[in-house]
Amino acid sequence: MSQSRLDLENQPGYVYEPYRSTAARAPVQPLVFLPHTLSERTGPVFANVPISESDRDLTRQHAGEPVGQRMIVEGRVLDDDGNPLPNTLVEIWQTNAAGRYRHALDDFRAPLDPNFTGNGRVLTDANGKYRFLTIKPGAYPWNNHANAWRPAHIHFSLFGPSFVSRFITQMYFEGDPMLAYDPIFQSVPDKAKHRVIAPFDIGLTEEKWALGYRFDMVLRGPDATPAEPS
Amino acid sequence: MDRHHTTIQPIGPFFHFLTPEWGTSDRTPGIMARPDARGERIQLKVRVLDRAGKPVTNAMIELWQADANGKYDHPADTQDKTPDPDFQGFGRLASNDDGLCIFDTVKPGPVPGLDGDLQAPHISVSVYAPGLLRRAVTRIYFGGNAANDSDYVLSLVPEDRRGTLFAQPGAEPGEWDFDLHLTGPCETVFFDI
Repeated sequence: MSQSRLDLENQPGYVYEPYRSTAARAPVQPLVFLPHTLSERTGPVFANVPISESDRDLTRQHAGEPVGQRMIVEGRVLDDDGNPLPNTLVEIWQTNAAGRYRHALDDFRAPLDPNFTGNGRVLTDANGKYRFLTIKPGAYPWNNHANAWRPAHIHFSLFGPSFVSRFITQMYFEGDPMLAYDPIFQSVPDKAKHRVIAPFDIGLTEEKWALGYRFDMVLRGPDATPAEPS
Repeated sequence: MDRHHTTIQPIGPFFHFLTPEWGTSDRTPGIMARPDARGERIQLKVRVLDRAGKPVTNAMIELWQADANGKYDHPADTQDKTPDPDFQGFGRLASNDDGLCIFDTVKPGPVPGLDGDLQAPHISVSVYAPGLLRRAVTRIYFGGNAANDSDYVLSLVPEDRRGTLFAQPGAEPGEWDFDLHLTGPCETVFFDI
């Protein structure tokens, strides 16, 4: 009865003391292992969600161009077996170049950019590929501890094909010195940290236009269906 | 490329781009049942609470459920039934200043379980919030439903904690209340899926 899908060798647990708000919010009772039923094998389908050009190009959502370093973020979304997951809704949100979210509760004294909202959504194509054009987000302070800074990151939200595959993460940038000081990033076991760091990829850059970062994602699927007894 | 599952990180406090009206204009996230949806209409009030029982005002709740006929609008549901076109099984809302997410939906019908038996009507729930490093998953069942007594998934839950999974009738007809305790003495049962 010690079955677990938490994969704590590769994933954060619920409680991580240095990330202080886990103390009041993280579940501590044992989880109940749930055999996957139709309720877990199904999930919302978004293949018909309308996506416009400005949903995938965050630099073209306003009259003018946003300030900051233009960058492409591209990757593939795959299942457990390495198969591409097409028609998967990928939603992102991020700060502007100065590290400020366009959000009522963000009180960081950094400028808002009238030409940048920081939200995007796309569907993966037949090869599981997605691509955004955006600007590089900034770091920002938060209240977790004295002089706490979040490293620059882009939030990602994906559904995948089932309730099980639902996935939320944050994408960080290769070489960011602030990662060493961030308890949210540090909550990840060492051997899995690289999976949320996007490497710079010269092949994704556009000459005289934009930098490129690659961020591939592998989503978990439902357990294999037990074979019918013959 | 790396074949291991990508690492999970928390949603953070600034996710509300996800929760305003989205998709087509007549389907807002909290309204899952349109006027002509089949079945028993309910208003489901999910309240998110922390260790001290205080409302969590920056959580996101997602629901996934079958329609009133027990049909999921998804290719893996091979039952010979047509999904209700006036119903969407997915809903998501940000909690408000009272920690509440209020969904207009219908009571789901029973759906198949593991061995051909039917599961008691239930709604699958995902919870995200700052301070939750990964998604918390639970189910909402309907208190007083006789089918709960023979439900297989409920039978896996320790009896003294099973009550945390039952919504209870609210103040008005059709209202159901579900207090979701992330942790604390009344911690809701969460599932390992």
